[in-house]
Amino acid sequence: MQMKIENGHVLDPGNMDGIRDIWIHDGRIAAVTEPGECRDRADEIFDATGLVVTPGLIDMHVHLREPGQEYKETIETGCRAAVRGGFTAVCCMPNTRPVNDHAGVTAWIIAQAKKAGLARVYPVAAISRGLEGSQLNEYADLKSAGAIALSDDGMPVNSGQMMRRAMEYAKAFDLFLISHCEDLSLVAGGVMNEGETATRLGLGGIPNISEYLMVQREIGLAEWTGSRIHIAHVSTRESVQAIREAKARGVQVTAETAPHYFSLTDEAVGRYNTAAKMNPPLRSEADRRAIIDGLADGTLDCIATDHAPHASMEKNVPFDEAPNGIIGLETSLGLSLKLVHDGFLSLKDLIRVMSKNPARILGFTNDLTPGALADLTLMDTAAFWEVDPSAFASLSRNTPFGGWQLHGQAVATIVEGRVVFRK
Amino acid sequence: MHFTQKDILDMASLSAEEITHILDTAQGMKEISLRPVKKVPTLRGKTLILFFHEASTRTKTSFDIAGKRLSADVIALAKSGSSMAKGESLLDTVKTLEAMHPDVVVMRHGTSGAAQYIAGHLKSPVINAGDGKHAHPTQALLDMMTIRERKGRLAGLKVAIIGDIAHSRVARSNMEGLIRMGAEVRVAGPPTMIPKGVEEVYGVKVFSAVEGALEGADVVMMLRIQKERMENILFASEREYARTFGLSTGRLALAHPDALVLHPGPMNRGVEITDEVADGHHSVILDQVENGVALRMALFYLLAGGMRHADED
Ligand SMILES: [Zn+2]
Repeated sequence: MQMKIENGHVLDPGNMDGIRDIWIHDGRIAAVTEPGECRDRADEIFDATGLVVTPGLIDMHVHLREPGQEYKETIETGCRAAVRGGFTAVCCMPNTRPVNDHAGVTAWIIAQAKKAGLARVYPVAAISRGLEGSQLNEYADLKSAGAIALSDDGMPVNSGQMMRRAMEYAKAFDLFLISHCEDLSLVAGGVMNEGETATRLGLGGIPNISEYLMVQREIGLAEWTGSRIHIAHVSTRESVQAIREAKARGVQVTAETAPHYFSLTDEAVGRYNTAAKMNPPLRSEADRRAIIDGLADGTLDCIATDHAPHASMEKNVPFDEAPNGIIGLETSLGLSLKLVHDGFLSLKDLIRVMSKNPARILGFTNDLTPGALADLTLMDTAAFWEVDPSAFASLSRNTPFGGWQLHGQAVATIVEGRVVFRK
Repeated sequence: MHFTQKDILDMASLSAEEITHILDTAQGMKEISLRPVKKVPTLRGKTLILFFHEASTRTKTSFDIAGKRLSADVIALAKSGSSMAKGESLLDTVKTLEAMHPDVVVMRHGTSGAAQYIAGHLKSPVINAGDGKHAHPTQALLDMMTIRERKGRLAGLKVAIIGDIAHSRVARSNMEGLIRMGAEVRVAGPPTMIPKGVEEVYGVKVFSAVEGALEGADVVMMLRIQKERMENILFASEREYARTFGLSTGRLALAHPDALVLHPGPMNRGVEITDEVADGHHSVILDQVENGVALRMALFYLLAGGMRHADED
């Protein structure tokens, strides 16, 4: 079975940038040729004229809710949302029920994902038993079961000692930590960004310093232990600056941000709009601009969604009581392409932060070169479309972007040579 | 003037004209409370529900009396009541309330935005009797009524609001309302109690020392210190608070000689206000309580009463 993707603009930063035909055989890339150069027979021809063909997009930070909260999302529906959004792989966070702090859970997640047969799923296992921040998990077991990284996402590791030991211990198994940075004593019951909107609404504020202080701690610990640290969902200008400085002096730190942090500010909370409630919270315009600058200059390595499905009844409550989080898999590419259309990032840089860098951080290559696994995203960067949450593949609808006009979207997603989504 | 607001949720959604109309109406209601028979039939047959999800004897009693003076049936629901059991969602509460066909729902809730949430799901008018740290419009209106009664105006007055601005819905509603009516508002308190961006959001002037805010003030509004906030490390001790931020006779002398002193109650005597000031001739604290009933009668009348004069049968 041979497949030919013809006439696409093949954009693989560092390897290729031009109109090419891609030949796929047995799930791998067989050849990349000049258009029409090779006249071999293809069983299936995909006309990619006018489309951009890139290495598959990877979302390093999603919540799939299974096991435990299948009414919000299952591994299958989450993967369906992923491939519709152009993602060939996602990393799922461990705050499921039960928590992914045990090799059995890790293996089960991978088996479920295989059964779904859509996007690749790389489980992130918990740093500590039950996300409680007090006891190390069996990293060796978790690694051999398929865990790709460790995180207590959502539950910041409060103890510096615990974080230090986790970093040191993870090194033995060539695993790295992903830190959700939040000093809870400074959050102090806050529910949105500390600023003018919170003051007007009488809502408890979460100050920038609650994130920045923990980012500083993680950088310090990574430097001290000689470990690698990945900072999850960066939202403040101070964090961006701290990461920029740490990178400049050689600390092994990488970082991600999410589309909502460069698309919205805390004004989106408006009059208690719970669709704009997330953690970390939407920040100020100065923070939003700093996030974009951080992506443009490489301080922030990747865009991840922090896709966090919640049922509508859970969000239809007063703001204080609503759970944190929004879904993001099906809007991420469209929102991120706005950075390209607005001239903040080149398309090549966008592919880097959505595809190449996540792969590098996770420890594999993601190239459109012969012999590589055929994970590809085909996108129409010019298409205008309106976000319609009711049409999402995700089981949940909690997004503040309903009704937004976006410019560009995925039209096909190919995982290991199989078309898993086609518009 | 034709009053068209469905709900009274906060001061920000009322125009200066509407505020004036409410205050004028309340002034007319005040006389009813001075009659030997303190009752008019205006709202006979109407049902008012007081839903207090948070304890407050004073405000609840004031609404209760106001409703009864207009002959309405006033039903009080407490959180501990059977249908409002713990764990019930606010949406379920709304549905329960709707089924009772109330003509006005008065709600107090510990969550900011709760009144707006209820109003968005309920056909009947909603009066916010305090939601979290967000708004307490009837308190602000009765404060404004009290000030206007004594000073004859609101525009141009210098009003100092002193204490825990950050956690006070009374302060938020007064800042919004008084600025809307043309007053100059200054706030003061320990920096731990001044919320971020308060100058930009409301157009007030912030003083770190109480003295600066008091200088030449026509009105001094003291806020209640929540003693339980001690645990929240907002101030060191009641003693130091009283000495540094409390209103004493000496400090009050900085204000205009005819300055009014207000307090939403209940007072922590000796903490935010001394006995001498609370009971002194500048104090209009009891006027506030009296006006509270008239103001709430006015709101019931405007939201549920139709267009008849209060004395018509
Ligand atoms: Zn997180």
